[in-house]
Amino acid sequence: MSSLHEFLSMGGYGAYVWPAYALFFAILIADSLAPGLRRRRILRELRARLARHAARTVRAAEPPSSPSSP
Amino acid sequence: MSTWIPLWMHKLASPPTFYRVAGAIRPWALALALLLGAIGLYGGLVLAPPDYQQGDAYRIIFIHVPSAWMSMFIYAVMGVAGFVALIWRLKLAEVVAMQSAPIGAAFTAITLASGSLWGKPMWGTWWTWDARLTSELVLLFLYLGVIGLYHAFEDRRQGARAASFLAIIGVINVPIVHFSVVWWNTLHQGSTVNVFGHSKMAWDMLWPLLVVTLATKFYYAASLCARARTDLLDLEGGKDWVRKIADAEARP
Repeated sequence: MSSLHEFLSMGGYGAYVWPAYALFFAILIADSLAPGLRRRRILRELRARLARHAARTVRAAEPPSSPSSP
Repeated sequence: MSTWIPLWMHKLASPPTFYRVAGAIRPWALALALLLGAIGLYGGLVLAPPDYQQGDAYRIIFIHVPSAWMSMFIYAVMGVAGFVALIWRLKLAEVVAMQSAPIGAAFTAITLASGSLWGKPMWGTWWTWDARLTSELVLLFLYLGVIGLYHAFEDRRQGARAASFLAIIGVINVPIVHFSVVWWNTLHQGSTVNVFGHSKMAWDMLWPLLVVTLATKFYYAASLCARARTDLLDLEGGKDWVRKIADAEARP
């Protein structure tokens, strides 16, 4: 029996030890990725809001009766 | 504002300054967490000998106990930050309290799941209504309650204050979790590691446990920095310093 196999079997308790470690890492990786995703969404929405606001400001600045330029 | 608080604390509590400082702290805290975590888990999984009664199953301790300590530590931080938020109406305290909740809930979930996976081979059951297990489950519900209450309000700051109040009331559960193994004689074992006295654990097993514990502290610092920064961007969306960041990140 190789030593790696021995290590992975955890003296017969591998089926309990490794899922516990897998959960530990899965939950913490999800926790550390979440703020980055939220940050990207927040900044994207903020840029869209600012762009809409800028477009509105430009339209309001134009005289209402002015013919649209070709 | 009170005069006994040093000026640098006032400055640090201002969102743009905190955003910058937290951004500088985060990579270091994360690097330390990964380094210490790797050392501690190597020590625990490879170097430490098997337990004379539990064989290798006891190795779950190296994530179970640090996570359990973090579940209580983070709750205490959330309670203190919530208290500051309610008394001084400090925006940063609200952010720290509310952004700690998901991290604490994550560690509490890990504690319960890893404990369950440890209990099955050692106790013969995944779950039992033992005092320690039950109070830890209540801790998870308190975290979820805080998160839920926070999101139930249209106004974010109002939600943060209401949820801070719930967090403060829930602090009563932290000593209950800690002393549950002393007050009630149920299945979960008593503490093996004693901060102020003699630990009932061999050094070969103890040092990896303490190193992983330190790693989880640094992990919390890193995660809190990231979450608080993101939350400040959301809260201060209309302000100039946030617009500058949004503009800067639009360019590839």
